[in-house]
Amino acid sequence: MPEKILSVTGLSVELDGHKILKNISFELNRDSTMVVLGPNGAGKTILFKALLGLIPFKGSVDWAKDTRIGYVPQKLAVDKDLPLTVNEFLNSKENNKEKISEVMRKVGFLKEAEHIHNDMRVLKTRVGDLSGGELQRVLIAYALLGDPNVLLFDEPTAGIDVAGEETVYGLINKLKADKDLTIIFISHELEIVSKYADSVLCLNKDKICFGPPDTTIDKEVLEKMYGSEAHLYHHHD
Amino acid sequence: MTDNLLILLLVGALSGAVSGYLGSFMVLRRMSLVGDALSHVALPGIAIALAIGINPMFGALLALILAAVGIWYLSEHSEVYPEALVGIFFTTSLSLGLLITPEVELLEALFGDIDKIGINDGIFTLIGAILIFIATIAISKKLLLMIVSKDLAKSQKINTSIIDLIYLILVSCVVALGVKFLGTLLTGAMVIIPAVTAKNVAGSIKSFQVTSVIIGVASTIIGILAARYFGAASGPIIVLTAIAFFVVSFIFRRKK
Repeated sequence: MPEKILSVTGLSVELDGHKILKNISFELNRDSTMVVLGPNGAGKTILFKALLGLIPFKGSVDWAKDTRIGYVPQKLAVDKDLPLTVNEFLNSKENNKEKISEVMRKVGFLKEAEHIHNDMRVLKTRVGDLSGGELQRVLIAYALLGDPNVLLFDEPTAGIDVAGEETVYGLINKLKADKDLTIIFISHELEIVSKYADSVLCLNKDKICFGPPDTTIDKEVLEKMYGSEAHLYHHHD
Repeated sequence: MTDNLLILLLVGALSGAVSGYLGSFMVLRRMSLVGDALSHVALPGIAIALAIGINPMFGALLALILAAVGIWYLSEHSEVYPEALVGIFFTTSLSLGLLITPEVELLEALFGDIDKIGINDGIFTLIGAILIFIATIAISKKLLLMIVSKDLAKSQKINTSIIDLIYLILVSCVVALGVKFLGTLLTGAMVIIPAVTAKNVAGSIKSFQVTSVIIGVASTIIGILAARYFGAASGPIIVLTAIAFFVVSFIFRRKK
């Protein structure tokens, strides 16, 4: 019997008089992967903020008692010359060297590699000198410190090239193989959704769909989310 | 004579150190000019303190802390951004201060008076500097995380609002420490210049903060000694020394 880790009922968020989310309800099983799908401005990031308790909302967000959440935000507007090394950034959360090495390995930084950014030497690199993909992995490492059993990814591949994209989803898949790790990620790519998700939540201010991707997403749902011109498209072709 | 110089160097070094340290955060938060503007807020505080005969540092401190709380409160509850709020506060204070301060004391308030530094000031500065250092170190990890991403900080259950308030109050304390001998016009310089200098050459937060402190201390000590030697006012010489450091660091800055 799959256990519930999250139960959301009637979630509504209003900011500056605008209704951003209206009456969203869904449940999430432990160890499953859910994708939040929707066009820009649909309220996906706002949903995350409500789930994290960062903004005021109406309705209820009930996490299981032993929930430990790791949050990987979409973009970090990191100043290119911010003199903060990766190690110092991780240290702001965790001092233990072994734990840091462990999460760095989990996200794909090797003990020794040819390029300084691919191995542990990246710890001494400034955060602003990292590429988009490397920064993503560091943010994931940061989220993994503290041993979370829930990971919230906001648009894991925004601003990353194709090869980098494959690594991030491959990584998410690898992490998923870990015991008891519930993953929620935001995406606007339908292909990704069917490949990696157990359930999908379609948002465009309202809840437009919720359920397993194969049976839930159809032309009607796509129209409600993206308008009548929407159809499945494969980019990167 | 020597006693006075030693106390002067001590007060200067301590003030330079905390200015460098807090200044490092201010540069990262792009708040450098706030230190300068805040220092003008000190003027009416100093004026009133002088008028009722207490140490101007206390008057400055009180005025600054009130301003810090006011700025924090308004920035949390209104659309006006912090810089503009500081602008409003400092121009108001400056105008009030210029009206209240007896002309005789005005120069001292604006430019500081190195010769009036005594042993009480030394003790007060020492205690103040130590407290400021301890408090800043206590919140430094949270401050850094907030600089990287406010959302990430909030998700770590950091009360960003309270940290902002504590930070602003600490900045006020740093400015209060400096006004006695640098005056309200130039104190702001010491929270800007050493930090910007350090940023040119630092590869990590640790080296950034340490360098900023060292340059703050070096500028004040060299500046005070040079001013003594040339018989000039200390404030401007200290600032120009700091600028010299900046120029050197700019020439040798890290390539992107």
